[in-house]
Amino acid sequence: MKQPRFRLRSRWFGPILPIAALVVVMATACGSPSGGSPGTGGSGQSLLINGAGATFPYPLYSKWFDEYTKVAPSVRINYQSIGSGGGIQQITQKTVDFGASDAPLTDDQLKAAPGELLHIPTVIGAVVVTYNLPGAPSGLKLTPDVLAGIYLGEITNWNDSKIMSLNQGMKLPDQTITVVHRSDGSGTTNIFTDYLSTVSPMWKSKVGKSTAVNWPAGLGAKGNEGVAGQVKQTPGAIGYVELAYASQNKLPYATLRNKDGDFVEPTIESTTAAAAGAAATMPADLRVSIVDAPGKNAYPIAGYTYIIIYKEQADQAKGQAVTKFLWWATHEGQAYAKDLLYAPLPGEVVQKAEAKLKSVSSNGKPVLQ
Amino acid sequence: MTIVREGMKIISATKKRSRLRGENLPDVTFRLVALAFAGLIVLLVLAMAIAMAKSSWPAIQQFGLGFLVGRTWDPVFKNFGALPFIYGTIVSSLLALLLAVPVSLGSAIFLAELAPAWVRGPISLMIELLAAIPSVVFGIWGIFVLNPWLRTSVEPMLGNNFGFFPLFQGPMYGLGMLSAGLILAIMIVPTITAISREVLMAVPNSQREAMLALGATRWEMISKAVVSYARPGIVGAVVLGLGRAVGETMAVTMVIGNRHEISASLFAPGHTMASVIANEFSEATYNLYLAALVETGLVLLFVTILLNALARLLVWRIAGGPKGAQRE
Repeated sequence: MKQPRFRLRSRWFGPILPIAALVVVMATACGSPSGGSPGTGGSGQSLLINGAGATFPYPLYSKWFDEYTKVAPSVRINYQSIGSGGGIQQITQKTVDFGASDAPLTDDQLKAAPGELLHIPTVIGAVVVTYNLPGAPSGLKLTPDVLAGIYLGEITNWNDSKIMSLNQGMKLPDQTITVVHRSDGSGTTNIFTDYLSTVSPMWKSKVGKSTAVNWPAGLGAKGNEGVAGQVKQTPGAIGYVELAYASQNKLPYATLRNKDGDFVEPTIESTTAAAAGAAATMPADLRVSIVDAPGKNAYPIAGYTYIIIYKEQADQAKGQAVTKFLWWATHEGQAYAKDLLYAPLPGEVVQKAEAKLKSVSSNGKPVLQ
Repeated sequence: MTIVREGMKIISATKKRSRLRGENLPDVTFRLVALAFAGLIVLLVLAMAIAMAKSSWPAIQQFGLGFLVGRTWDPVFKNFGALPFIYGTIVSSLLALLLAVPVSLGSAIFLAELAPAWVRGPISLMIELLAAIPSVVFGIWGIFVLNPWLRTSVEPMLGNNFGFFPLFQGPMYGLGMLSAGLILAIMIVPTITAISREVLMAVPNSQREAMLALGATRWEMISKAVVSYARPGIVGAVVLGLGRAVGETMAVTMVIGNRHEISASLFAPGHTMASVIANEFSEATYNLYLAALVETGLVLLFVTILLNALARLLVWRIAGGPKGAQRE
């Protein structure tokens, strides 16, 4: 009698068993985070700070987070390089303790935030114009007008008289210019279009500045490596990439005529010089564009990258940890910038950042003592 | 022995009972569970569409139908139109199908019907390996190998010989619609080939024997008895390939040139819906911009459904109704 009953039950269980198993698995999966996760910050032993935003400074930031654990072993910083747009969104929604953006926030974006936001400049990036001209060495001279003309699609051949007259010693071929730009939204594009908008009224009214724009000419390539690859492979191409990427890959670069009328090579020093040249006119909220900055050695296509925090911190311990980290980053941390090919902040700007950090408060009391 | 005999009796009695009732509990349970899982998929698609419609609402309100026919995509002046992306997605996918289907069908028929066993194994393995290559690798290969070759050899050849045709005019960059179509074709060949081969191999031998017994040649046997029998499965394989082509992001964005423009020439750069979302999503800094990108995703969903339906219709129409050896 036993065997048939067993068979009957096995037919019962056939379809039900997997469902039961699934339910059990789901139940345990849902239950585990509350039970199994390690306490973060609650015990006071270690403090977890969350940040999100720009990808451009990420190599330097991750170096900083790593080095900072030696300074403050109890602080752990978790940074997601999801892009400036995501960083701004997350700090606005207060899902992170700090945001990071390659461009200062617009007035609308500041208004959307539930509290006053501070911009702390961390480091300076520069954008290099690179090109592929068979037979022509590095050091092609370009003026703002010519560069804007090329990207507007008005200057279409390398033997155009405007380019020829600037580069008398160079043999320029009869070759159409293939314009290459970034296809992905990026801080690099923001700095580059900021520059073109500043030097060309035509560009400002037709195209404008943003992380992605409606390009009047050329091809889009993804990332610095995409632009560099496309330029390298197409004779007659011109493109723009980050300074760090250009020097690591030894790409040919153009020297640009700056505001003072000098042709300047893109280097870390000339980038810092641009920031120093623009420091005098830096507004109180530190939101500033430093393209086409005055100064003999100032390289004209540069921009700050920022970390963005709330002036009023709800959590005293966290607020203090973030502020102390930013103090360290704008002082000792600057020493790591050069190795990773970022331009460090000039002294004047560090002082302005200090004032901002001192103004951070929690429950009405400044967090830095 | 008696126990076994008793057991058999009870089982047959149970069977009789269930046959009388029509269904038994396990059957009912199984049917309901299967139904629930099938329904879950429909629900997921619906939920996705609703969520996307919701977060793209600002863009839908602002641009209305103009979004579908607008040709400008300008994040600075907040003007968004997706027509160049819709065009790019459809053209690059159809180009890929055009190139991939004959190759895939040919190799599937060869593998299933003609190839000796020692050839079949290695070739099948290669095709499956091709399917396992990540798309970013295809993209890199496209940039460094395919594009220079297209620019220096293929495009000048096409331009010189067929330049009177608008498809092959204009400056030759290497990257562009042609490059994207080719990359996509290479990416969907393994999908279509592997599935078609399985479908062809599942055709019962009686089909082949009957056809040969009627005095058919090998070609007649394959085309009339095997391929036409397997047609629904092959259509499924093509539709799956199309799905991959429409949704492919990384490889396409690396080779298509990412230009918001509609051009008759295959040499010209273009843009697709999937690649614009991937390119611009992370730095979309204001709501309307984000909404426009999500609406592009919504349009992509509908275009995918539409293309699938069209592909099925088309293949069935062209291949004609049921022929002699068609499964009922």
